[in-house]
Amino acid sequence: MRDLLAVPPPPTEDKRWRIVEAAMRRGAYSPNCLIETLHAVQETFGCLDEASLRFCAGRLRVPLSKVYGVATFYHHFQLKPQGRHTCVVCLGTACYIRNSPRLLKAVTQEFGIEEGQTTEDKNLSLLTARCVGACSLAPVALLDGQTLPGQTPESLIERLKALPAEETKREAEK
Amino acid sequence: MNREELEEMARTEREACSRRPRCIRVCTGTGCISAQSDRLAAALRERAAAGGITPDDVLEVGCMGLCACGPLVQTECSGNVYQNVRIEDADELLKAAQGEETSLQRCNTGMPFFTRQKKIVLENAGRIDPERIESYVSNQGYHALLDVLHNLRPAQVIEIITASGLRGRGGAGYPTGLKWATVAKAAGTPKYVICNGDEGDPGAFMDRSVMEDDPHRVLEGMTLGAWAVGASQGIVYVRAEYPRALKRLKTAISRAERHNLLGTNIAGSGFSFSIELRVGAGAFVCGEETALIASIQGGRGTPRPRPPYPAQAGLWNCPTLINNVETWASVPAILRSGSEWYASMGVGKSRGTKVFCLTGAVCNTGLIEVEIGKTLREIVFDIGGGIRGSGTFKAVQTGGPSGGCIPEELLDTPVDYESLRSLGSIMGSGGMIVMDQHSCMVDVARYFMEFCKSESCGKCIPCRAGTAEMALLLRKIAEGLADAADVQRLERLCEMVQETSLCGLGQSAPNPVRSTLRYFRDEVMAHVLEKRCPAGVCPITRQKGEPTHA
Amino acid sequence: MPESSITAEVVTLAINGRETGARTNETIMDAAAEMGIALPALCHISGLSDVGSCRLCMVEIEGNPRPQPACVTRVQEGMQVRTHTPKLQQYRREILEMLFAERNHVCAVCVSNGNCDLQDLAVECGMQCVSLPYLSPQLALDASHPRFVLDPNRCILCTRCVRVCDEIEGAHTWDVSGRGVDARVVTDLGAPWGESDTCTGCGKCVHVCPTGALFEKGVSVAEMKKRRQFLPYLTVMREVRK
Ligand SMILES: Cc1cc2nc3c(=O)[nH]c(=O)nc-3n(C[C@H](O)[C@H](O)[C@H](O)COP(=O)(O)O)c2cc1C
Ligand code: SF4
Ligand code: FES
Ligand code: FES
Repeated sequence: MRDLLAVPPPPTEDKRWRIVEAAMRRGAYSPNCLIETLHAVQETFGCLDEASLRFCAGRLRVPLSKVYGVATFYHHFQLKPQGRHTCVVCLGTACYIRNSPRLLKAVTQEFGIEEGQTTEDKNLSLLTARCVGACSLAPVALLDGQTLPGQTPESLIERLKALPAEETKREAEK
Repeated sequence: MNREELEEMARTEREACSRRPRCIRVCTGTGCISAQSDRLAAALRERAAAGGITPDDVLEVGCMGLCACGPLVQTECSGNVYQNVRIEDADELLKAAQGEETSLQRCNTGMPFFTRQKKIVLENAGRIDPERIESYVSNQGYHALLDVLHNLRPAQVIEIITASGLRGRGGAGYPTGLKWATVAKAAGTPKYVICNGDEGDPGAFMDRSVMEDDPHRVLEGMTLGAWAVGASQGIVYVRAEYPRALKRLKTAISRAERHNLLGTNIAGSGFSFSIELRVGAGAFVCGEETALIASIQGGRGTPRPRPPYPAQAGLWNCPTLINNVETWASVPAILRSGSEWYASMGVGKSRGTKVFCLTGAVCNTGLIEVEIGKTLREIVFDIGGGIRGSGTFKAVQTGGPSGGCIPEELLDTPVDYESLRSLGSIMGSGGMIVMDQHSCMVDVARYFMEFCKSESCGKCIPCRAGTAEMALLLRKIAEGLADAADVQRLERLCEMVQETSLCGLGQSAPNPVRSTLRYFRDEVMAHVLEKRCPAGVCPITRQKGEPTHA
Repeated sequence: MPESSITAEVVTLAINGRETGARTNETIMDAAAEMGIALPALCHISGLSDVGSCRLCMVEIEGNPRPQPACVTRVQEGMQVRTHTPKLQQYRREILEMLFAERNHVCAVCVSNGNCDLQDLAVECGMQCVSLPYLSPQLALDASHPRFVLDPNRCILCTRCVRVCDEIEGAHTWDVSGRGVDARVVTDLGAPWGESDTCTGCGKCVHVCPTGALFEKGVSVAEMKKRRQFLPYLTVMREVRK
């Protein structure tokens, strides 16, 4: 039986948990800084896994089911690990009427993943957004946070195929 | 900081500017950044010395409006704006900055896109450096705040806002002065003010631009509002998709605090007010005020029944004043130039200006601010430059998922709250999407319903199941599987969902369908009776081997 | 901000044309109940906070452009309320229809057949058939708890279980996950109920559930009778102790 009141230690030894602790401290460990804390976890570790949700719940004294309810309510939060690269196809109105569904379909077919999924080699995750705020350049996609304006299925696939696998990306980050 | 110090800061900044006659303004709004204007700015700085100017002469400013032609760059010496500037053009641009002849493509600033606008909220966008408070101050920033804190009583501020006729720019158009007065009267402390920067309308980015390009304007507006209603704590709720807006606001808050324009005892007036940032996490419904409050309190962003309204019991059950970004950004200008000046613009009960995000099939896509009361035709054809390519106009959509599509015959309608409402659309937050003959109205209606379905919070039944049912019926129509009874079913559902849903999302979700059935019934019936999609978008035509999603 | 009954004033209002008096801390639903007018309700249950989400108790109030939920709307002086107009009854039938179409409610095989609030209301409001397309997702039964079962196919998301667990039992084992049509009631981190660390096994959720979504193991068709006397009892006893 788990001790439900014990203040839990971070799920792993990873030093980056300090970033998450700092976010909670800024919110005075109050239950209402849950969303900020989840943001910090996701920014640091890429997703919200069960261990981290338990940790946040215990540390902020929020019921487990509430943490789960919040984490699944907001589309920004990902409960599964993401690929090394993320491609977000905008399905906002301006992009939609300028054919962004075709972009989505092209990526789906080319890489065999549906929206919300990650390729088997963990290189690419496909997501969709409802407007990323660059409507005048529609249709747009985001690749690792960078806006790609005026895409066609061909141009987007070309970009995605040229994506480096693991090693090179780490170099790029340095 | 007192009035003299503020004037001093403004003067120093203006002098510094005048000593920089060769400065170059590079637009780093979202549109232009996507066209790599940030790298252009970096390239300019790198080569500046060689070109005889200093790196400080290269300013990164906010959106200049004509996103379609980005990156846009303006040179101080001639005032010329150049469009589609590429990184390779850096050297050429440095020459232009010194008044030399260039081969760069000039943007025609004499065209209606620029001349027919009236910029108040966006007056500084594209001109000032959003990261520097001095830049805002030198354009009369924070002058209204200091005047008000020292010379006016809170009640007088509310009177001015009321007299100006300003209405909420977040969609519903509730009179701002009235809302302020309610919060000012409400019992209970502390009081909060919230800036709603959740901007969920899929196809609009006005609030993003205001927050990114002129963050201090929003902060000044909020501080003025807080003084008027007696609040001590403010919160800006920004959606997670706007990291740049967050960064700019964060910088702005810390600069304003450093200069004592925010914080304790602001400018020696005895009034204290602080502002905090909160980040959304991808939920359209969090734009609804009670859902927004639930989200700030760390919970699921589900709305609750009103009354009680946030003005009486909002954040932590305290009186809370919630306004949209653009509403807040209009406040400093009104207090600076007076309510009469503001009320002199507009028509009927809609006064002042409104920012729109013009997108879709028009030539000049971008961000515009116009006097309320201009006709749709003037906006689409004069300012927007008409339909791109060889297309013909079919409809303009306003109000996003809560609005409707307006056909050609009604283009002479003035854009104001009441006129748009009478057409079955709404002013909304300012998205304006132009469609040509390649768009199918059934497809568009289906698109919005799918949007509402995936954004419904799921709390109340009419919206949770109703949007799913309506989306299913619309899909049937689009696939040519529906009969006339399905259309009737759809109409009944529309009425019921509108009347019985808990919050504005469900209440307005049927609007796009209703307006489509009202103005484009023939097109809908072609799908139903003739199993044909006139625009060639819906899957039924595809089965017959006609072009796919064109 | 509910006022206490000591400071509340008494106002006069008319429901279906009959005048009545009520205290300002009462809702329209309370006032109607005192007059013997029962309003259909699924999310409301006395003893728990109100969320106004099922929209069945909607009433027309003169001067108000759209119907308002009676369970959360407080009475006001001079209010003119109508509770059973043809339009309201029509909306109620349509809402019930949507509930039936949303999940999978086959009464003939349900443990709560004959003891189900949803079924009763369908009869009461004269809902005859479902004319909307069925959405019915196929959801897995959760029978991992030693004593209780959750059948999400019969859940109408009234959140009574969530509220009783939080407000009365204090465990907050239940909450809602996801959103829109994908919303589900879940325990803890969405794991099977039987694995929950926080569930006390008190069974309150089972008894407040209006349908056969939560039931006791071992009962068969039409056998699950729900006992809810504990709710008003607990509320009153708590107040007495204070
Ligand atoms: C579903 C829904 C979404 C909304 N989204 C926004 C939004 O993104 N931004 C906004 O300012 N207001 C939004 N609103 C309106 C707000 O609820 C609220 O009316 C507004 O922020 C008040 O500010 P105003 O009076 O300045 O317009 C939304 C309302 C609803 C019902
Ligand atoms: S109308 Fe939709 S979004 Fe609003 S409370 Fe109901 S389910 Fe939630
Ligand atoms: S609609 Fe795609 S960026 Fe706005
Ligand atoms: S009982 Fe009032 S809304 Fe459900």
